[in-house]
Amino acid sequence: METTNLPLMKLWHALIIAVFAIVGCGKRETRVEQGNREQILHLANGTEIEDIDCQIVTGVPEHHIITTLTEGLVSEDPKDLHPVPGVAERWESNADQNVWTFHFRDNAKWTNGDKVTAQDFVRSYKRILMPTLASKYAYMLFVMKNAEAYQNGDLTDFDQVGVKALDDRTLEITLTYPTPYFLSLLNHYTWFPVHIPTIEKFGALDMKGNKWTRSGNFVGNGPFRLKDWRISDVLIVEKNPLYWDADTVRLKEIHFYPIESAETQERLYRAGQLHNTYEMLPAKIEVYEREQPELLYKYRWLASYFYRFNTSRKPVDNLLVRKALSMAIDRESIVKNVTRAGQRPAYFYSPPDTAGYTPRARLKEDVAKAKELLAEAGYPNGKGMPKIEIVFNTLETHRAIAEAIQEMWRKNLNIEVELVNQEWKVYLDSQRELDYDISRAGWTGDYEDPNTFLDMWTSWSQQNQTGWTNAAYDDLIRKAGREANPVQRYEYFQQAEEILIDELPILPIYIYTRVYLLHPAVNGWYPTHLDHHPWKYIHLEAPGSSG
Amino acid sequence: MFRFILRRLLESIPVLWAVATLTFIMLKLAPGGPFDAERQVTPEVLAQLEAQYGLDKPLLVQYGRQLWNLMRGDLGVSYKFPNRTVNEVIADTFPVSLELGIYAISIALVVGVIMGLIASLRPNSWSDYVPSAMAMTGICLPTFVLGPLLILLFVIKLGWFPLSGWTSLPSAKVLPAITLGLYFAAYVSRLTRGGMREILTQDYIRTARAKGASEVRVVLKHALRGGILPVVSFLGPAVAGLIAGSFVIETIFTIPGLGRFFVTSALNRDYTMVLGLVVFFASLIVFFNLVVDILQIWLNPKLKFE
Repeated sequence: METTNLPLMKLWHALIIAVFAIVGCGKRETRVEQGNREQILHLANGTEIEDIDCQIVTGVPEHHIITTLTEGLVSEDPKDLHPVPGVAERWESNADQNVWTFHFRDNAKWTNGDKVTAQDFVRSYKRILMPTLASKYAYMLFVMKNAEAYQNGDLTDFDQVGVKALDDRTLEITLTYPTPYFLSLLNHYTWFPVHIPTIEKFGALDMKGNKWTRSGNFVGNGPFRLKDWRISDVLIVEKNPLYWDADTVRLKEIHFYPIESAETQERLYRAGQLHNTYEMLPAKIEVYEREQPELLYKYRWLASYFYRFNTSRKPVDNLLVRKALSMAIDRESIVKNVTRAGQRPAYFYSPPDTAGYTPRARLKEDVAKAKELLAEAGYPNGKGMPKIEIVFNTLETHRAIAEAIQEMWRKNLNIEVELVNQEWKVYLDSQRELDYDISRAGWTGDYEDPNTFLDMWTSWSQQNQTGWTNAAYDDLIRKAGREANPVQRYEYFQQAEEILIDELPILPIYIYTRVYLLHPAVNGWYPTHLDHHPWKYIHLEAPGSSG
Repeated sequence: MFRFILRRLLESIPVLWAVATLTFIMLKLAPGGPFDAERQVTPEVLAQLEAQYGLDKPLLVQYGRQLWNLMRGDLGVSYKFPNRTVNEVIADTFPVSLELGIYAISIALVVGVIMGLIASLRPNSWSDYVPSAMAMTGICLPTFVLGPLLILLFVIKLGWFPLSGWTSLPSAKVLPAITLGLYFAAYVSRLTRGGMREILTQDYIRTARAKGASEVRVVLKHALRGGILPVVSFLGPAVAGLIAGSFVIETIFTIPGLGRFFVTSALNRDYTMVLGLVVFFASLIVFFNLVVDILQIWLNPKLKFE
């Protein structure tokens, strides 16, 4: 019996014609090539952002977008991030450095044409400190007098908080103590203004579900304005013609894509659809280093990778055990053979050269000494030592590092170590509840000052989560927070760090690097410790063009 | 038929209630909460956040409130995206997943039924082996392997298609639709072949041939209607799953669909989003199972609405 193929053949022909009609023939201009021509920057930006309301978000991807749309009192130099004029064209402090006066430029405007005034900043700080807003990052303003009391509800009269509009163009901020890093702190988005009338137009200031940040509604004062935001797809900003320094801004648009997968980012980069990747897989770094090093951006980041010890649980409650564990690992080998992205092995905790601060204290690696210490702790050659667990959140790199350390401890100390991989929220819960022996951790600096790294180990810090407290350490950090003399202040930090390295509630492993691909057409983008790239200085020039 | 549909809709109410309740219980039992982060919030802020979302109330009160909101169609404000409601997220992203799902199911049906038909007509011959082997390969080859392979060839090497731009470039829809469609086509092909083989050995088919009907008429008019029944049964939950979004495809091809939220909301402990999406998905399954049952009764006269 025969079957006729004619209807099927016609169907296949139609399908093939349709495919070619859609595809066209041959390659076409890529999105990046078109962007280079039209000054449109296409960037991978990690996870989908929570929002662009700078007073309720906490993430780094949010920072990248918020800094296009909003500007604070000061801005950042693109090369070294030192504070430069923003909304304020100049400022001064009193002799004690705890009262700062900012003078606004006359041509600072919101995107709806309103002038940016000192009252806007006062109302903004009042909103972020509202107890009912429950801003998770409001503590960044606690250097301001009475800010913490107001946010906790202990104070209800905002006039007593240390911020005043002396007139439309003059803002005075009073700090609790002299804060040498205050100007750097002002570049954190929690200190940026929000347009209160727009928020109120769509609901109460503390209302969840307020639509003021939607495209068509949002009002900002940054070098760009919001053009479109399609959740999970793309957020587009376009040049803001009302920005006071619009002449410096050369980009026409920036498109931010929420792409979490590093593999997808790299594929999109290779396909000419992105100007960057947000991160890199370790295996890909080697390939690019070998074949296309000019595309790879690699530089030191103000971030530390370490393990926490649960000092309330045996056997790591014993300082001798912690010291033995620290001395028995080879950090150089980890960064060279496991992570392979040019990280720096950490024999200290705070990243070196943080605003000119480099820790004096140093960890030693000495396997023979480690064995002695373990024996002194009651576990000669590891005998009798209980099995310990290393907890880490799900990521291949964390696993690889943990496996390397597990093997080092097994080989050098003859102890048994189990690896426990936990999903992110479970891992956070374990740390918070002190339900771990050793836990993988990392910390990125919020501003360029050693305080951002060292104050987390005080007894009052929510970030401590080791069970460790030390009164002398607390006292040194407290003193550093009140000291105006920078030399004395850093000396307090040095002494605090010596205690940290001596008592080891944490096990420093390496200082992070930022590694990603960046298209050669991107200009004005510099490697900075905080990985900030002030957008108004960036522009596109296709390689080989006259620009 | 109306009574049948009404009865099935009423029966779906306890099903959806059970789904919502089990999901609520599992969310509450899972360690970690929506406000856990690497940067811990202060206890005062945490207390305020919990009060805003009603998490400071007894569990039964929380449960009651959630159920009442679900019944009203108010899925609540997302914990992760505090200025968006779950309804808004679904409204923005479901149309994308629906579109992708329609393309994929169309490809799956066209390719799968044709391949299954071809394989069924001459069993144990090359025209059976080749489509069957392709179907088996399709079943075994997961989308997270097939997708990157297609990208490597058609995007990076040949430059025929873009990798992203679902909402702005029609050509960006081709590869994701093909990747997802071919995966399901493999199942449809196997089911079609099996169903057709059973029907083609029936007496009435022999009678039709004996009466002089052409093979095309025998296959397409007499056999296909019965042979496709296994595919129809498969389609109910498959379509619901397809149009609710595929996390893998959406991640690989950067498609702004609903699928990613199913996974990320659970990882974020975004209680309202998880509950809303699970109940939404369960509703889709209930709906499509009903459609499939009606379709089966229409295709198979031996079945009745009862």
